[in-house]
Amino acid sequence: MGLNGKPLVTIIGAGMSKFGKRDGLLAREIFAEAAKEAFNSCPKLDPKRDIKAMFIGQMGESYEHQGHTGATIADWAGLTGVAATRTESACASSGAALRSGIYAAMSGLADVVLVGGVEKMTHRTTAEVTEYLAMASDYPFEQWNGITFPGLYAMMATAHMNKYGTTEQHMAAVAVKNHYHGSLNPKAHLQKEITLQVAMNSRYIAWPLKLYDCSLITDGASCIILTRPELACKYSDLPVHIVGSGQATDTIGLYQRQSLTSLNATKLAAKTAYEIANVKPEDINIAEVHDCFTFAELMAYEDLDFCPVGESGKLVESGETRLGGRIPVNTSGGLKAKGHPVGATGTAQAYEVYLQLTSQAGKRQVKDAEVGLTHNVGGSGATAAVHIYRRDL
Amino acid sequence: MEPFSIEQFYKFLQQDKLMAGKCLKCGKIHLPPRPLCDSCLSQEFEWVNISGKGKLLTYTIINVAPEQFQALTPYAVGIIQLEDGLKIPGMINGLTKEKLKIGIELTLDFGTCSTTQQWPQWPRYCFKPSTI
Repeated sequence: MGLNGKPLVTIIGAGMSKFGKRDGLLAREIFAEAAKEAFNSCPKLDPKRDIKAMFIGQMGESYEHQGHTGATIADWAGLTGVAATRTESACASSGAALRSGIYAAMSGLADVVLVGGVEKMTHRTTAEVTEYLAMASDYPFEQWNGITFPGLYAMMATAHMNKYGTTEQHMAAVAVKNHYHGSLNPKAHLQKEITLQVAMNSRYIAWPLKLYDCSLITDGASCIILTRPELACKYSDLPVHIVGSGQATDTIGLYQRQSLTSLNATKLAAKTAYEIANVKPEDINIAEVHDCFTFAELMAYEDLDFCPVGESGKLVESGETRLGGRIPVNTSGGLKAKGHPVGATGTAQAYEVYLQLTSQAGKRQVKDAEVGLTHNVGGSGATAAVHIYRRDL
Repeated sequence: MEPFSIEQFYKFLQQDKLMAGKCLKCGKIHLPPRPLCDSCLSQEFEWVNISGKGKLLTYTIINVAPEQFQALTPYAVGIIQLEDGLKIPGMINGLTKEKLKIGIELTLDFGTCSTTQQWPQWPRYCFKPSTI
């Protein structure tokens, strides 16, 4: 790609609301909480003067009967006037916002860009949320036949179990690990450890996926502030560089894909990101991957080349992806325990990596982490965005 | 000729015909049909009749469903591999969980359109165990 690891853009500030059940608040109000933290994290920035563009990920307008999210969020973040656009790529909406922000900053059209995402979900019933989430899958064949989101990932899990011998216990091990990490994150939706037995004994949502294999229905918002690398020192003493970015698509219908046991969009996005960053999978110190279901984290290990194909179950059982292991994955608690306010997830992953690479991650800090990766998936894998980050040395 | 569209696919299905669009330029068969070949970008197609017999590639049993499907839970859905490598998802009726296995043979059952809504008025097909 010719970029050879040079920073594409630099993160100069980051914010995330408390994730959880935020009764009585609208999405815009939750976003204001994340925006204020990001502004505070970058005291040399004058947000109203300096921020020239915003990209805001949000999956659905059905939750609050509110579209036109770009302007709404800019308004409530105190930034009316700025060019603000909603990016929608299902659960990868803010991964796509991040990618769009990189385009904007690198183009020179906007020196400072705020990218973020938000979703307010918990005021809706589980049936309503199930229906809204399913809108990110193919309507005429998948939704039409009653195939839900857990159903789509369950079908991938069934195929993987059949082909490689992956077990329900392997999936439960992801849940146990991510709930442990979540117990160390004061902003996580659930901050309680669970046992393998609790995960294994939970009820089936879509066989072989059980309640504890599913991420949480959560309210939350997140954002990061980007600038061109040469401008970063003007604004921040804690810069983190984005050195790789890849985004890719696959067929909207799971049924039309070549493989049911891997996500080709992830593989394509990762290949681009690794190449631009001039980084190999073994160079990654920490990763936030898209564990919308525990099985999705296992598949991500393989698609991101953290382990050979078919060996993700072994990897999680080895403890290598737990805090203290070779490559801690989802130190934030992941979508599983931190929560999954869909539109907010992509930049919430970037927020965690920003904290880790600037040594602000508190009890879950990974010592000496230098290179981080985020992996954000939309729907059943029709979109994936992968970003690679490097500490300023 | 009928448009190579999803709407038309379902119209044929209602006449108990499983039809796909074959690209006249590169020969790729599309199920469902589409107006632009994703292989060679041609817009020229012909209709081909596809057998409803296939093998189960993967499946799940749905316990938590959107409201309109709640009365059916738990129900089985899967992805079925038909001839020519074509694949289609659908509900699987008439099999207990113990009988569901990757690789079993299934046959498409042409459904009926019982919907009262304005759009879409598509029939509901499903898959059943093949009887030899």
